[in-house]
Amino acid sequence: MTVSLTLVLIAGALFGCGVTLLLSRSLVRALLGVLLMGNGVNLVFLLASGPPGRTPILTEADKSGVPIGPEGISDPLPQAFVLTAIVITLATTAFTLALAHRSWQIGRTDVVADDVESQRTHERAVANDMSDSDFVSTAEPAPPEGPDTEFIEREGRDVSAEEAEAETEEVPGADDVPAGVGETGPGPEGRP
Amino acid sequence: MLIWLLIHFLAAVCAPLLVKVLGRKAFWLLALPSAGTAVWALLNIGWTQTPHEERYPVVPSINAALDFRIDSLSWVFTLVVSVVGAAVLAYCAGYFSNKETDLYRFAAHLTGFAGVMLGLVWADNLLGLYTFWEITTVLSYLLVGHLSEKAESRAAAMQALVVTTFGGLAMLAGMIMLGHASGTYRVSEILAHPPAPNVYIGVALALMLVGALTKSAQVPFHFWLPGAMAAPTPVSAYLHAAAMVKAGIYLIARFAPTFADYDPWRWMVFAFGGLTMLIGGYRAMRQTDLKLILAFGTVSQLGFLVILVGGGTADFALAGITLVVTHAIFKSGLFLSVGAIDHATGTRDIRRLNGLGRKMPVLAVASTLCAASMAGIPPLLGFVSKEAAYTAMWNSDHPWQPVMLVVIVAGSVLTFAYSARFVWGAWATKDPAAERTETHPNPPVVVAPTVLMAALSVLFAYPSPLFEPVVRPWTSGMPSSEHPVHLGLWHGLTPALGLSALTIALGVVLFVFKRQVFSIQAALPDLPRAAQGYRLIMRSLDRLSLESTGLFSRGSLPMTLTTVLAVFVLFPGSAVAAAYLHLPELKVVIWDHPAQALVGIVMVAAAIGAIRARRRFRGVFLVGVTGYGTALLFLLHGAPDLALTQVLVETVSVVVFVLVLRRFSSRFRDQYSLIGRGWRLGVGILSGAVFAAAVMLAPQLRVAPPDSTSLPVSAYQFGGGLNIVNVILVDTRAWDTMGEISVVLVAATGVASLIFLRQATFSDLLQRIRQTRDVDLTAPGRWISSAKVVPDERRSLMFEVVTRLIFHAIQVWSVYLLLTGHNAPGGGFAAGLVAGLGLTVRYLAGGAAELRAAMPVMPGTLLGIGLFLSAGVGLVSMLAGGAVLQSWTFDIPVPLIGNVHLVSSTFFDIGVYLVVIGLILDILRSLGANIDGQIARAPVGSQLGLGARR
Repeated sequence: MTVSLTLVLIAGALFGCGVTLLLSRSLVRALLGVLLMGNGVNLVFLLASGPPGRTPILTEADKSGVPIGPEGISDPLPQAFVLTAIVITLATTAFTLALAHRSWQIGRTDVVADDVESQRTHERAVANDMSDSDFVSTAEPAPPEGPDTEFIEREGRDVSAEEAEAETEEVPGADDVPAGVGETGPGPEGRP
Repeated sequence: MLIWLLIHFLAAVCAPLLVKVLGRKAFWLLALPSAGTAVWALLNIGWTQTPHEERYPVVPSINAALDFRIDSLSWVFTLVVSVVGAAVLAYCAGYFSNKETDLYRFAAHLTGFAGVMLGLVWADNLLGLYTFWEITTVLSYLLVGHLSEKAESRAAAMQALVVTTFGGLAMLAGMIMLGHASGTYRVSEILAHPPAPNVYIGVALALMLVGALTKSAQVPFHFWLPGAMAAPTPVSAYLHAAAMVKAGIYLIARFAPTFADYDPWRWMVFAFGGLTMLIGGYRAMRQTDLKLILAFGTVSQLGFLVILVGGGTADFALAGITLVVTHAIFKSGLFLSVGAIDHATGTRDIRRLNGLGRKMPVLAVASTLCAASMAGIPPLLGFVSKEAAYTAMWNSDHPWQPVMLVVIVAGSVLTFAYSARFVWGAWATKDPAAERTETHPNPPVVVAPTVLMAALSVLFAYPSPLFEPVVRPWTSGMPSSEHPVHLGLWHGLTPALGLSALTIALGVVLFVFKRQVFSIQAALPDLPRAAQGYRLIMRSLDRLSLESTGLFSRGSLPMTLTTVLAVFVLFPGSAVAAAYLHLPELKVVIWDHPAQALVGIVMVAAAIGAIRARRRFRGVFLVGVTGYGTALLFLLHGAPDLALTQVLVETVSVVVFVLVLRRFSSRFRDQYSLIGRGWRLGVGILSGAVFAAAVMLAPQLRVAPPDSTSLPVSAYQFGGGLNIVNVILVDTRAWDTMGEISVVLVAATGVASLIFLRQATFSDLLQRIRQTRDVDLTAPGRWISSAKVVPDERRSLMFEVVTRLIFHAIQVWSVYLLLTGHNAPGGGFAAGLVAGLGLTVRYLAGGAAELRAAMPVMPGTLLGIGLFLSAGVGLVSMLAGGAVLQSWTFDIPVPLIGNVHLVSSTFFDIGVYLVVIGLILDILRSLGANIDGQIARAPVGSQLGLGARR
């Protein structure tokens, strides 16, 4: 399929200018960039339909079949897609402008500010700040102590587990090992 | 078998409701599916001899089916899982109080787990096995983190999840490799016809073993199991002693008969299992929490099991499967007794318990029997399995046999020692002078399961030889030695008996001298812990993610876009460049029509001007020029419909821009440094170049004929129209159009909701519209109806006259476009835009009042009716027996006019028409009238938004 160089250059120029505008901080300018890009892309559909022919409106002679291309009609399928795209672009334009208006109402500017969260992440990365991590200390977490249920039934009423644990005290000499020594999990350095 | 899975699933789904209604008694009901499964399995004991298969095709074309199979191995596991499950669920009925947090969720998870575990042992398909495996991982995570407010629970649950999922993924990789090499994913077929041993299969098996090792808490992945003791005791008893950790054992047992002789299998199994057995036992000796003693004990026993079931001979297999059953019995009994102690006294710390044996004699005896079975004391079931293990290892001719024998004897000595520690720590009277620990009575169901398990340990010991024929079909597939192992309490004076005696003697010594042992252990240097390695790895991951995120995301939108465009330029760009090098010839013409070049020059000039424009309106108009230029190009390309719509849309766009930008400053507010402008321009040029190159390349490579070759004929035959584009929009691809008008509706709603911020303004508008309908606005002598309302300085007589003259013509023309669209350029979109522009003209002439007079309805009404009409056409067509959105043609003879040729897709087009009018009306109301109101209400100084010097 042959390609029209002019259309290619126009589409490329529109797309490139659109990208340049898209990278602006102003919302309205970015919208203008999107519109330029949209026009460029619509032209690509034309390119995809090949060399042009007649309008795709059938005459009596066409009803029994007509070729697609310079001898017959232009390819109608890409045209239908472009139509859809054009109307959706209009809806998008209206919505984006409403957004810009709202932004203007609030801050008297339509410049999109930098995201605060991402900036904070960047600063933390630069400062090697790991305070958000769950694994800051490589010591193991303390294993659970005491009952593993929330409530224990005591003669018809429910006692909380902490109270139940507090009822028992350490028995002197209960373990044949010196007091204070005993492994409940990690070594003595383990309390984070 | 699927039935039982569904019953379990149903029970899990109903569990929250049952718990909310019945409280903790609901657990009795939830234990029924497990109990039922156990009974069903016992009734079908014949399946151990002849395996039973069920197959449910899911997607026949790719051979995907649900495969289930019970043979003797799965049968034993089924029984273990269901009996222990029923006991644990019944135990929960007495263990929890009714006020326990989120008990309903717990019940659902635990019941679901029972079903999923059964699915795991029944699955005959590698991927089905993997699915059930991972579901057990997730359920374990949920159960361990049951007390989700506690940080320790959450940390432990996350740890278990990360480690077992890591193993699961490795296992999946191994499974896919194995399945790929065998050509099938059915386990029974792979085992029957295994692929030949080579490096690839070796790697696959190693990966699968990693999965089993992580699940069964082997060194160095063992640390998650003691951490998982944060879960309530029933969970520890079921998942982390009897069921979930046995999944790894099951996997090893399933694949060992065929693959034990393959390269990495035996040494991996022996090395990791042996290490685990010793380390687990060693650390169990240092614990003071009863649950942790049992946890490390489980780790050690799992190491033992891995050695046995992975050994790959009939002897090892028999000993292994016996130990599986034995271990499930005594471990669950022990865990449940710890829970009972917890409940009675409020603590599990052996330093605080004193004299419990006298106060809770029944539980003490049962618990001690279970512990004795664990230690391998005759005449209990544990002794039978340990004897079998010793015999198997003694008879083995593997080169590592002496070392492994020492390992398992040493491990068993440690097992005896920590069992003794458990019994002493829980039940003994350590200080006769001090008070005995206070106990509160336990409900019988809390004590019963331990008693049951103790009874089984005693009762099954003597008849243990009867177990052999049950598993013989499985063990007979493996090589056996000249003196095969048999189960039984007494075999005569065998070397194994000597080893057992040695074990018991050394264990007693370790227990009696526990003080010295403890000092030695305390004095030994602390070896690096695997858990610390885990934390180190996770911390490095956190660090990596922080650095990489910080590098790329700085919060600046242009920066992010540049990253995206850089990738676009690099990757598709290089691919396009490479494609050009291989292109034989470039089929290019300069233009299709010389006018294309002229229009193109203007468009490109306008685009470049738009980049440089600093004033808002200049930018808008220059972009509008490119839009009109595009319309001309459409026309030159034989697309008049497109050109029409493009021109109309461009006009409406300009109107919308003006309506909004009148409030803004006249110049753009963003400033850039030289570098900023430079890279924006650079990125733009590069992207445009890559885009142009790609767009020129793609049509060169096209070989297929256009899809629309058959469209001209069928457009008239089925669509009843001559305008093919319109037929495509409302008939062939009507769904796309439906989607499009939905998008338009959503955008219109968005615009309205951004402008009408308060309900009050909205209600005011409704009020005013209703008033307009009632009031008679036909004022004689005026060109437009709201002439009285508009202040004199804003009126333009020329405009009013022209509006009056053309408005009705515009509307008639829009209806004409709508109706002829099917056979000539036009259609719903163009017609709607024309009608909307007519409304715009009236609004511009007379303001909000004029708009209300022109169209006294809410935009929502129009949008809704339009969408309803379009969707309704599709629905009616379906109800009439055709396809959705099919077109029907009617020829209605009307007297005096002739045949009226109606096509049903016209109604679809009318729906589109209404939606587009609704959009424009919405824009005029929100961005036009409402903003007018805002300007009027604003303080005097800021009313001049446009043109102010800033």
